[in-house]
Parts: sequence; C-alpha cells; structure tokens
Amino acid sequence: MGEYVLEMNHISKSFPGVKALDDVNLKVRPGSVHALVGENGAGKSTLMKCLFGIYHKDAGDIILEGQNTDILSTKQALSLGISMIHQELHPIRFRPVWESFWLGRFIKNGIMVDKKTMVEKTKQIFDEIELNVNPETLSGDLSPSNLQLVEIAKAISYNAKIIIMDEPTSSLTNNETEHLFKIIRKLQKKGCSVIYISHKMEELLQICDQVTIMRDGKYIGSWPASEMTTEEIINKMVGRELTDRFPHKDYTPGTETVFQVKDLCSAVPRSFQHISFELHKGEILGIGGLVGAQRTELVESIFGLREVSSGEIWKNGKQIEIHCSDDAKRNGLALLTEERRASGVFGHLSVLDNTVIASQKRYVKNGMLSEPLRIKSADHISKELRVKTPSLSTEMENLSGGNQQKVLLARWLLTEPDILILDEPTRGIDVGAKYEIYTIMLRLIHRGKSIIMISSEMPELLGMSDRIMVMCEGHLTGILDSSEADQVSIMRLATKYME
Amino acid sequence: MNMVSKSKTISRQKYGIIFMVSGVVLAVLGILMRVAFYNKNQMYDLPWFLVILGGVIIFYGMSQYADRKHLGGEVQFTARKAKDFFLKYALIFSLFVLVIVIISIQPNFMQWDVVLDILAQSSIKLIIALGICMTLLIAGTDLSAGRMVGLAAVISTSMLQNPTYANRFFPNLPQLPIIVPILIAIVVCGLFGALNGVLVAKFNMHPFIATLATQVMIFGACSLYFDTPPNKSQPIGGVRDDFTALAQTKILGKISILIPIALIVTVIMWFVLNKTVFGKNIYAIGGNMEAARVSGVNVFRTLMGIFILAGVLYGFGGVLEAARTAGATNQYGNGYELDAIAACCVGGVSLAGGIGKISGITIGVLIFTVIQYGLEFINVSPMWQQVIKGVIIAVAVAIDLSKYKKVLWH
Repeated sequence: MGEYVLEMNHISKSFPGVKALDDVNLKVRPGSVHALVGENGAGKSTLMKCLFGIYHKDAGDIILEGQNTDILSTKQALSLGISMIHQELHPIRFRPVWESFWLGRFIKNGIMVDKKTMVEKTKQIFDEIELNVNPETLSGDLSPSNLQLVEIAKAISYNAKIIIMDEPTSSLTNNETEHLFKIIRKLQKKGCSVIYISHKMEELLQICDQVTIMRDGKYIGSWPASEMTTEEIINKMVGRELTDRFPHKDYTPGTETVFQVKDLCSAVPRSFQHISFELHKGEILGIGGLVGAQRTELVESIFGLREVSSGEIWKNGKQIEIHCSDDAKRNGLALLTEERRASGVFGHLSVLDNTVIASQKRYVKNGMLSEPLRIKSADHISKELRVKTPSLSTEMENLSGGNQQKVLLARWLLTEPDILILDEPTRGIDVGAKYEIYTIMLRLIHRGKSIIMISSEMPELLGMSDRIMVMCEGHLTGILDSSEADQVSIMRLATKYME
Repeated sequence: MNMVSKSKTISRQKYGIIFMVSGVVLAVLGILMRVAFYNKNQMYDLPWFLVILGGVIIFYGMSQYADRKHLGGEVQFTARKAKDFFLKYALIFSLFVLVIVIISIQPNFMQWDVVLDILAQSSIKLIIALGICMTLLIAGTDLSAGRMVGLAAVISTSMLQNPTYANRFFPNLPQLPIIVPILIAIVVCGLFGALNGVLVAKFNMHPFIATLATQVMIFGACSLYFDTPPNKSQPIGGVRDDFTALAQTKILGKISILIPIALIVTVIMWFVLNKTVFGKNIYAIGGNMEAARVSGVNVFRTLMGIFILAGVLYGFGGVLEAARTAGATNQYGNGYELDAIAACCVGGVSLAGGIGKISGITIGVLIFTVIQYGLEFINVSPMWQQVIKGVIIAVAVAIDLSKYKKVLWH
C-alpha cells in the first residue's frame, strides 16, 4: 500500500448539458480527516457520489489501497469499505432504529431474522461512540442530531476504511459537534479515513488535516490544513474572474418601493424568522446564502405555498393577503420554483399545455378554451423567449433543461406579473442558456418589472443583482449594494451564525 | 453484435396511392363477395364490413396524398418506427385477431346485429368508465362507482312504477313526471360524489380509502332504503313503460337508443377534458400535483369537480341500467368499478395519473364487451371467460406500458 488509501485521479462526469466534474483529483491518506470544500454546485457531492457508486464516472481512475477499482454500485462501495453519510437523511420513519441499521444485511437465524443479536450489536456500537439511543425506538422519533449519529454508527458497523460525511454538522448544536469530533478522532486512531464536506470554515480547520478545494467542477488544489486560514480557503473557493458571462446592465433601478415584506415569520420554528425587506421598481434583488439558509422557504411562503405565523406583505403601498398561489398570481406575483422537475414541469403534457397552464382563464371564449388563442399566446411568447422545441405539441420531457426553464418563464410571463420571483433560475442548465435567461431578465426590467432572484452561484448573484440580501439559517444577515459587495463579504454574511 | 437499423424511404405520394389501391381492392372484394354469395348468404354481413374497411383505408390514403405538403414529402420506414406503430395500435390489432378467431369458429358473428349488440352492451359501461377515468387521471381511483349505479337504479325505479302494479314501493305515490325521479337519483349520486371530493380534497385522504368508505356507506344506505316497508327488500318491478323506453327504444327498429346516448356523453366528456380549463387542470394535477399548485390551479375545486361529475355520470349510468332491465335491486352495479378501471387501463389510462385519452377508454370498453360477447358466442364457459379476461387485462396493459420509460407502476 502506498502513501494514500484512496486516490481519485482525473475524474470527469457529465450530465446532459452540464459538465459536473472536470479532471478532479482527490488523494486521501490513511487515518486522516480530509476536507472537501467548494461553493454549492462546485461538484463535491457529485464527486462523492462517484466514489460511493451512485453515479458512474465518465473518465478517470479510482485507486483504492493501490488497486484500480471500478465502483458500480453502493453495495460494492460498502463491501470495499466506503461508507457515506448523506446530507439529507431519509429515515424509514415508522420502523425501529435497529431495522434501518441492518437493512440489506440482516443477520439471520435459519430463515428467521435474528432480532436479538442485531439489537445487541447495535447497542454495542452505540455504546462505543457514547450514543444514548435505544435501538428499538422508531427512526422517525429520533432528533436530527441523533439520526446523524446513528448514521455514523452505521458507517462504523460496515468496518469502513473511508467514511464520507456530507455536511454532518448542519443539524448539530455546538455540543453535539464536539461529540462528533470526538467520534471522528476515535475513528482516526483506528486507521479510518474521513472525507469531510462542510461550509463551516472554523470547524474544518479544527478537525481536518488536509483541504482539497473545488470550484465549478474543477480541481483547484490540495493543501495541509495547518497552512491555511479561513480567508485563504474562501478566496480559493470563490476566486474567479467575472468575465463576460453576464449581459451588460444598462439601467438604473428605481427607488420607489413596489413590494415590501414586513417581519415575516414562518410557521415552522426552524425555518426563517423576522424577515423584512423592500423591493424597488425595476431592480433585481438577489438573495444569497448557503444550503439551509431557508431562502426557498421564504419565497414560497410569500407566494402562499407555505404557512406563515405572522408578518405583512405590501404591494404598491397596499397590504395584500396571500393564502394560496392563486392569490399571489392575482396580485401580480410569479414564482419560478427551484425544483424544476418536482414542481415546475408537466413531463407528459405538451409544451403548449405547459406554457399556458397558469394563464388559462384568459383563453376562455364562450365557456370553452379557444385553441387558436392558446396557440397564439404560446407561440408568441415562446418565439420571444427563443424556446427551442420541434413544435408546441412536443412532450415537455423531451426538451433540454434550459428550454424547459424558458417554457416555465414563458408560463409566468403570460400571467403578466409585475414582480417575478426566480428561485435558482439557472440551476442545472448550460452556460449559453444561462446567458439567454439573464438577457430575458434584463428585458423584463426594462419593461418596468421587478425581480427577486435566489441564487447559490456567487458570480451570478454579483453579476445580476442590484442589491443582495444574504440569509443564514433563517435569519436575514445583511443587505448589500452590489457595488460594495464581493464574494468574501457575502460568504461572511452567509456563514454568520455558523460557528 | 452489431445491429444496423434498416430504413427504407418512399415518397408520400406513393405511400398514399398504396393505401388507396389496397382500400379499393378490399372494397371491390367485398362487393364481389356480396354478388357471388348473394343467395346462399354464407358470408353474412362480411362483404359490407370489407367495403367499409376499404373505404376507411381509401380515405386515409387520400388524406395522406392530399396533405403531402404539410406532412413532408417522404415516408421513412425503420424498425423503430414499425415497433412504435405496432405498440401504439397494439390494442386494435389484438381486437382484430380476437374477432378473426371468433369468426373462424362461428361465421355468423359477422352480422350487423352483432355489432349493434356489442355497441349497445358497451354503452352503459362506457358512461361509467368515463366517470371513473377522471379519478384515474389524477392518480386516484373511485371504488364507489358500482354502488352508486345500484343506488341510482333503486331510487329511480322506486318512484317510477306502474300505478296498477301490486308491490309498489310507494303505494300512494302519484305519477311523477319521469324527469323528477331521474334527477333525484342523479343528484343523490352527485352528493355522494361531493362527499368523495371532500374526503380527498379537504382531508387529504387517498382516493382509494376515501371512496372505499363511501362505497360501504352507499351500499348500506341503499339497502336500508330498499328494505323500507312495504318493499322489504323485494326486487323492484312493474316499471313504467315510458321509463324503460329510455333504454329499450330501438331507432329504425334496430339501433338501441343507448348507442346515441353513450355517444353524446362521450362527446361531452371529450369536450370537458380537452376544451375546458377544468379538463386541462385534471391532466395538470395528474401530471404533477405540486407544479399545478404552484401554477395557481385551484386543486380543491378541481378535485371536487372531478368526484361530483363522476358521481353524476354513475347516477346517469344507473338510471339507464334500471331502465334497460326494467327493474332494480340493491345488488345492481356490484363490481362495475373494477370493470371500468380495467377497461380504462387497457385503454391506456395510467394509474400513475396524467395520461389517458377518451378514444383509448372507448376502445378499452369495446374490447371488454367484444371479449365477453364473443366468448359467449362461441360457447366458452363463464369460468374460462374470467381466466381469458384476466389474461387480456395483464397482456394489454403490459404492452401499453412498454411505450413508457421504466418506472415502477405507471
């Protein structure tokens, strides 16, 4: 065995329209804690999914303990001693802990499941990491932190040589984080390596030996953690030049307030609380923050899709009541949701149906839908937005991500809104289509519309917004003028409450 | 192994002409048959069927020929296209094969009367299937359909008996205008439909369990009503002639009035699903409930509308069923919902929601009637009929699903 327990060399991976990983390297020493950092969408999770057998790399080598290995399934990864603790945990809620613990590898006694042995072994591992959980409680009843620790225990039970932890502390308190670190150090002593993904810089420098930085699916470099500072890591994470990836902005936003949110609180205590902001006429207000900052929850609540416990929404100097998306639509709001697939696209319906669904009442003539009117509107708007589709009757799922996104924009433009809320408008679409979306946004501003844009991509946030509002864990941590904002200042606000 | 996909290209003009010629050949064959076997009548009505089939093919060929500018000048044949074509029309092919098998055993199957019988028998089933299809399109189901049919049958006949009949349900009831009891039956079914809607849309129950609950309620309520003195659960008979005429009238002495009634309902439902905001919203909710909600579709109102309209259709179907059989018991309609669901699925409606067409549903219902009628015609025992019916459901749906990507449970 060489110097490294794991070498991932020149890994590339593409998805339709996006190059997620481009020649990435990762070298992990035995018994070390290796930090993998990068912005949202830098490709960290994709790289780990390639290692864990969820995705299959397009090119490159994975060398595990000196052996060139092709990892084709998670089962294979587990048997090779690689375990992964996912960022979002999906427990089998109504089954006891020990069942999900041994799922897929139940210990049997003849043809019967040997519950007694499994419960005992589970308890043993829990004791080892000082986790006080009864294996017979239901997974759904565990607190998020215990759930996380159970997952870690499960990784240990696989006798893993490499444990991947994707944002393990996002749901942990400080004490629980300390506990986790104690467990990690114990694992280290046993010769186990940990790949640690996190946005929390102080934490990384405290626990990790080595830092590998990624940006835009590319490998930036790898340094010993002792030689790095928080500033240096952030700079390397975000440090890229803003070239002509954005159309030239040739307007001055108005000062008149068209839309105002006053002290809005989510009905969910863990979600956003006490958010107030104003939107000016003809401006793009960016909302920045990391995963878990509750930005999507905020805009979906404004749009009437989630419950709020208190707060007011004002438009053009008048308070408006929004209880469902239909209310929002009537008040001239439009929302392009983050999850295009889950809450945007009707895959089996035609492009035409997808385009006009939100504005259907406009095409009713004598009690029936007028096909010519529907086609005329859809045709006009899709030409304007340059939607590339063989025809309007093509099934939506046959379009590329960028074109689907344009159809969704078209859908909302047909409702003639004055305020557009765009949640990650360019996620998962290629650079060319992104530029087109930006151009459309500027054209809308010219027509006197105002835009709220959530974006996790720093350059996009800085390149397109007039003002940037930053959130961290449900709090509004600051509103910056884009002239005074830079990536470091945003990142600092976005991690304000993460210690 | 290297597979090179073969393809052949011919001009659209030639393509159209080939169809026209083969259509003419079929039609001439039919006419010749008619002339040659005129006296012996061995061929029954087959010649006329051939002429009609030939006519349809000629029409298709002509439309291809005339519209060649719009459709593109060339037709390409590839293995893939052939496969897609076969899959798309697999149901119609299988129907053809079935008919040919039956004809080869019993040639007198080839008669107008048989065709008309099959259409008449399909009519009421089609109306019920059209009601249930909306609940399937939203990835739900409706188990209360059959019992609603029974309820509507009992309610309508109970108030429409001859004054001279000995065992009247309401001995002292005056002769009501025929429309009144019919409307009462349909409205009651609509109300139970609304109950389904409330359970699903307001209380977020899965339609399976919501409609199962109403199904049980409806049967209980119907039996209680059926058991009121003096009827005491006697089958309701002595139904008025003007009521039975609603389903038993024959137009031109041959064509059952049920056929045009079902046709009208089908056209209305096609209109509702394809030409109204309500219909478009049904497909949207079935395709992606979350996206529909985000787009400002009123999901509650749409779900209510679906279940109420479905209830009304079951009620109407029940009234027709009672009129057709000139009577009713509380057992009427038992299990109809499962037949209707099976017919919809065979006709290409996806249980995962969002996919399904009126034309498919119509064909699905017809296939079931042809199977049943045809198998009875060639004296297959009812037990075997069940087996064959089950096999056909499984095979037809499996073929239909192979069109789509592999996702569990479409």
